[in-house]
Amino acid sequence: MRLEYDVVVVGGGPAGLAAACSAKEAGAGRVLVLERDKEAGGILNQCIHNGFGLHYFKEELTGPEYAHRFIKQAAQLGVELLLDSMVLAIEDKVVYAVNITQGIMEIHGGAIVLAMGCRERTRGAIAIPGDRSAGILTAGMAQRYINMEGWMVGKRVVVLGSGDIGLIMARRMTLEGAKVLACVELCPYSNGLARNIVQCLDDYNIPLYLSHTITNIVGKERVEQVVISKVDENRKPVPGSEMAFDCDTVLLSVGLIPENELTRAAGIPLDARTNGAVVYENMETEVDGIFGCGNVVHVHDLVDFVTLESRRAGAAAARYAMGAAEGGGQALTLRNGSGVTYTVPQKIRVDTDQKAVTVFFRVNDTYRNMTVVVRDSDRNLCSFKRERLAPGEMEKITIPQKLLQQAAGDCLTVELIQEVRV
Amino acid sequence: MIELICIVCPQGCRLRVDPENGCAVTGHGCPRGEVYGRKEVIAPTRVLTSIVRIEGALHPCCPVKTADAIPKEKIADAMALLRTVRLTAPVAIGDTVAEIDGTGVSWVVTKDM
Repeated sequence: MRLEYDVVVVGGGPAGLAAACSAKEAGAGRVLVLERDKEAGGILNQCIHNGFGLHYFKEELTGPEYAHRFIKQAAQLGVELLLDSMVLAIEDKVVYAVNITQGIMEIHGGAIVLAMGCRERTRGAIAIPGDRSAGILTAGMAQRYINMEGWMVGKRVVVLGSGDIGLIMARRMTLEGAKVLACVELCPYSNGLARNIVQCLDDYNIPLYLSHTITNIVGKERVEQVVISKVDENRKPVPGSEMAFDCDTVLLSVGLIPENELTRAAGIPLDARTNGAVVYENMETEVDGIFGCGNVVHVHDLVDFVTLESRRAGAAAARYAMGAAEGGGQALTLRNGSGVTYTVPQKIRVDTDQKAVTVFFRVNDTYRNMTVVVRDSDRNLCSFKRERLAPGEMEKITIPQKLLQQAAGDCLTVELIQEVRV
Repeated sequence: MIELICIVCPQGCRLRVDPENGCAVTGHGCPRGEVYGRKEVIAPTRVLTSIVRIEGALHPCCPVKTADAIPKEKIADAMALLRTVRLTAPVAIGDTVAEIDGTGVSWVVTKDM
């Protein structure tokens, strides 16, 4: 079956929904969202805790409430939604998808938006030694079982990783009657938000072991025991520091990976720093007319920023579909300077009609009292003060377009400099 | 002086609350943080989220939250209450599920199902 749309969005989570709404608002005629699950909303449906929307809506919502706002808006704007539909491939601007009622669909888009989100790293990705027992789950998997499917996953739990999902699941398991024995973190600092350490661990007296990792899992059928060890500054386990916990469940919250199989197969260039597509300031990938937004481009901490980024992608996709391509023109490449691990976008077109360009970035360590500097080949273009910086907290700066036009050379470097206190 | 991390928003401001001085708060980045700091020292409360069983919906669980913050010591009671409740679809965001005894606060639905 052949279908035609102005904008085709792959993924019906927060990124896809915001992109679709914004494409409609920017004047796109027919907009389609393809979602593989049986409802829209993506991962927000299982994130039943609150804390979403503080930036975007200035109020505190739960995940399902945040999703609901966009599901409702998409319906009101006339965005078409195909559920239970799996995208198989993207070739040029044709999306091949399949579902059980329409069979294989060949969907031609004026522009495409990639919004497939991310997935969790598993035990295999971090190579934890020990038995391959039942009871070892990613935190997000446990979250879906408990919050949506109604299955309790265990009684005595050790959580590996102190990312936000791990912390939130430690609290959730406790509230549902499990005993969470420990939250174990390899780094000397937590990767989750400070508020989640307080309200998820401290509130329930769950100990956090920093600079520790799991060095053995024991259990013939089900997990019976987990051994953790202290790690040295090179993250090597320290012999003799072992502690054993009798437990039946291990939850892994050890990072997220953008889900880019479709992107890679479509030949769209990826950035090894983000594991997502290389994008311009309007969220266009290096393939004209194909845009990306949300966690498929880089993993965010806050859905509010996913929404903002995706609205930009959707509006740009609509403009492209209506014949106002923004390609061509000179582009500046953003480079990591000292302390910076990646930037999104990676490229900025100097002649962008945005008055200012928002750049998201992450840092490689915890810092205090730093200045973020953006410089071209000869001088500093602008700088931004930051009291605290941490790898777990994505940072954002806004570069005025006027300054971009003054940039010398074809690169900009974003770097951290220790603030000089006078 | 009591040191706290504010949990009102993801910013995580470092608060200092002085119990000797009427629980005066410093270090907050916004007025909500000041309110939180004082309350956290005098009578801590939390908004709680959970699920409740639902029949006739896409999934067997319906997400819910307490419509307002409840005292921390009521958390166990609030969770126990949910285990006694069963909903039937359809439900809408904001529908009342059950009132938590002694708080005047109710569990409410957070998803249309």
